[in-house]
Amino acid sequence: MAQIIGSVCMSHIPMIGMAINRGLQQDPYFKPFFDGFAPVHRWLEKTRPDVAVIFYNDHGLNFFLDKMPTFAIGAAPEYQNADEGWGLKPFEPLPGDPELSWKIIEGVVADEFDVTTCQEMQVDHACAVPVELLWPNTTPHPVRVVPIMVNTVQHPLPSAKRCLALGQAVGRAIEAYEKDLKVVVLGTGGLSHQLDGTRAGYINREFDHLCLDRLIDKPEALTRYSNVELVDLAGTQGIELLNWIAARGALGGNVSELHRTYHIPISNTASAIQLLENRPAREARLRRTG
Amino acid sequence: MSKATTEQPVAGTTIFTGTEARKGYALNKMCYSFNHAENRAAFKQDEDAYCARYGLNAQQREAIRRRNVLDLIAAGGNVYYLAKFAGIFGLNVQDLGAQQTGMTVQAFKQKLVEAGK
Repeated sequence: MAQIIGSVCMSHIPMIGMAINRGLQQDPYFKPFFDGFAPVHRWLEKTRPDVAVIFYNDHGLNFFLDKMPTFAIGAAPEYQNADEGWGLKPFEPLPGDPELSWKIIEGVVADEFDVTTCQEMQVDHACAVPVELLWPNTTPHPVRVVPIMVNTVQHPLPSAKRCLALGQAVGRAIEAYEKDLKVVVLGTGGLSHQLDGTRAGYINREFDHLCLDRLIDKPEALTRYSNVELVDLAGTQGIELLNWIAARGALGGNVSELHRTYHIPISNTASAIQLLENRPAREARLRRTG
Repeated sequence: MSKATTEQPVAGTTIFTGTEARKGYALNKMCYSFNHAENRAAFKQDEDAYCARYGLNAQQREAIRRRNVLDLIAAGGNVYYLAKFAGIFGLNVQDLGAQQTGMTVQAFKQKLVEAGK
């Protein structure tokens, strides 16, 4: 049976993609963020997931405002990255896992989530950058991906409560899959930041830490916030926290935080990395390795 | 900083609602086209013709002409799409932040660094 080993949530800022493109990982500005991945890399080396299920938001690459799904699940054999307007070199295509995609789609629709399904789908920096951060300089990438797009762009957005419930439904669908697969769940974006308006540059360290803490042991506590409250507390783009909440939902009850990085700023953003291990998966791994 | 209202309850912030999405549709559609290098080149070559092709209204056309981010947002622009417009001029979101807050880029970047201390 498929098993969810844990989650890695992280910021997905375009500037990080630019830094990767230009090899600036050890530049003093970027180093505190990139160094935060060393323990995550060691964990991935040990656990070796087969598939990454990625909760992210599209910023106007695959989806324009002409047709904007609230939730969209990729079911393609491959996902291409492309120019988002800045002329950066696109990242390598990501291999898909259509069979798992359809199991997830069937599972969540049975759970009454009316999702959009995408047999062709481009993925922007919010999907491509995290994969590159977790498996740098490895082509082809050692994992297949299932991208799950959450609308965090055009309000009304799905509520935090709904995103947590979607994640839970995705988690159930993965765990009902009969193939022996190890799945890592990614949530991308955030944490607090605001790009637009006279409030641009807004950052809220206190709220970010509260979110990181609650994501470990009490994610449902975050569902008390309305999306306007989340914009107020985390910034207009800090609401990408919804992707982290969805990812957390997929893990189920008991998790251990194995790593956390929190660093201000990268670009306009309070950047963060959080690695949570699913406790049943951790116990199984420890039993195996003695 | 602009005041909070019932429609826009967070001061200094325009939440991109259906009202904004309707108002800014032509502008955002034009900015979406800038994902393609040939469209960025076409805009640079004949800005008037390019804006006309997307049916920008007078307010949107003027905000594009002035490269003014707050005016572009007031005209319905969404910042993710405006970032593609800014990319034509090699500007990033920190340049946009500086312009919107009336700070120099250096001062805006420093403000962010200070937030981390």
